[in-house]
Amino acid sequence: MARFDPYENNGGTCVAVAGADYCVVAADTRLSVGYSILSRDHSKIAQLADKCVLASSGFQGDIKALQKNLAAKELIYEHNHNKKMSCPAMAQLLSNTLYYKRFFPYYAFNVLGGLDSEGKGCVFTYDAVGSYERTGYSAQGTGSTLMMPVLDNQLKSPSPLLLPARVSSSSLEFELFNPLMVVFLTPLSESEAVDLVKDVFASATERDIYTGDRLEIVVINSSGTQREYIELRKD
Amino acid sequence: MGSHAAGGSQAPPTATAGGGETQRTHVAFIFYPSIGIVVFAFDKFINSHGLLMLLFHTNRYPYVTGTSVIALKYKDGVIMACDTGASYGSTLRYKSVERIKAVGKHSLIGASGEFSDFQEILRYLDELTLSDHMWDDGNSLGPKEIHSYLTRVMYNRRNKFDPLWNSLVLGGVKKGPKGDEKYLGMVNMIGTHFEENHVATGFGNHLAIPILRAEWREDMSFEEAVKLVEKCLLVLLYRDRSSINKFQIAKITTEGSTIYPPYSLKTYWGFSHFENPAQGAVGSW
Repeated sequence: MARFDPYENNGGTCVAVAGADYCVVAADTRLSVGYSILSRDHSKIAQLADKCVLASSGFQGDIKALQKNLAAKELIYEHNHNKKMSCPAMAQLLSNTLYYKRFFPYYAFNVLGGLDSEGKGCVFTYDAVGSYERTGYSAQGTGSTLMMPVLDNQLKSPSPLLLPARVSSSSLEFELFNPLMVVFLTPLSESEAVDLVKDVFASATERDIYTGDRLEIVVINSSGTQREYIELRKD
Repeated sequence: MGSHAAGGSQAPPTATAGGGETQRTHVAFIFYPSIGIVVFAFDKFINSHGLLMLLFHTNRYPYVTGTSVIALKYKDGVIMACDTGASYGSTLRYKSVERIKAVGKHSLIGASGEFSDFQEILRYLDELTLSDHMWDDGNSLGPKEIHSYLTRVMYNRRNKFDPLWNSLVLGGVKKGPKGDEKYLGMVNMIGTHFEENHVATGFGNHLAIPILRAEWREDMSFEEAVKLVEKCLLVLLYRDRSSINKFQIAKITTEGSTIYPPYSLKTYWGFSHFENPAQGAVGSW
């Protein structure tokens, strides 16, 4: 008889792309189990603070528990500090929360996106136990291996012969602590970045059985948060 | 080498002078086999439960199980249906089991999987609805709240490696800010949960959901919804070996919940191949 397995992979892919003054976070809305689709309309995106959005894929029970956990801690932070958590602060909190369960992990692959304290777009990418880094863009989930190469090609650098692009005015503390790290903020405009995300999801949907149905795109910029839904292939 | 109880049938060793050797061997006959039995039992426990499970009381296998539950939203509320059987492995042990129950004023719960765990969940829900009632504040728990509660219960039991071996369907209607809000959700034994217009557990996921996805529409009347449900139940009856031909349909609307008495569906077995199954066969097989 099959032994009890506390995990299952409910599939799906999450992507985030950071721009100079915006951040795009997107995820598909398919919830699967094995070869079955449980729901075509299940969101993987949680808005944790007004400038901070988390997209997670993996085991849905753990994802919901993790998102609830973070939302609760954010509320406590608000009560203590009289302000909402910034995205870099939430990034550290998420890392700590994941590592706290290092020996019975949250089976959640996360991508945190939002605006940092200067209003620049930021994306943080995680593994299941909390190791994270700030990047300009990232994909996590079952379709990530299909998407990352395309994102690298489109966002990393105009030509491999040129030195990697540097942000014109990166935050001082960021440079102090990470002198060797280069931040790839995409030069694309907001609508171009959204189009890229749509293209990349359409491609992953073709080949990844767990990705499809509907794409939920959240754009965070200075005017707040906008949500958009795009239909994807349902097979 | 004190005396101890494990052997039982043998007389306790007597302390006779000069009989030291006999005394020791007598005890050895009792002592070592008993240790052997203990080790044997321990080994069996470990092999069936795993080393980690020494620490956790664990429910590894379901014993008495119910099969699929299907449910869908319709114009006035939610309709839920399942058969009334509970199997003990491959034996159809119980044939009149109610796997759908009302919860509070606004919800219905249906369960597949281990039946005793469902009874435990009903006890939890009793406590929940009782304490909700005792608040006496005019508010009552709606289906969304109960679904959320059940999700947390299932997830937390999974975290303790002691799951409630069920897939639960929770449906209901409650007045909300936008009028009567219908709700239908599902939770499985490790805490995966979602909300949909139509849900099914177990085999229903494979056999009934395709039918529901093709034929469900918003605002079906009760008669249409029952017809659709019966179509799914019939497929399950033909194809799921643990299903029996005795079903219960339940509905929940703003007026309250109704669980209809059990009834059977008409099946057709008059296929020519069934009538003379050995017709094309060679020999006795």
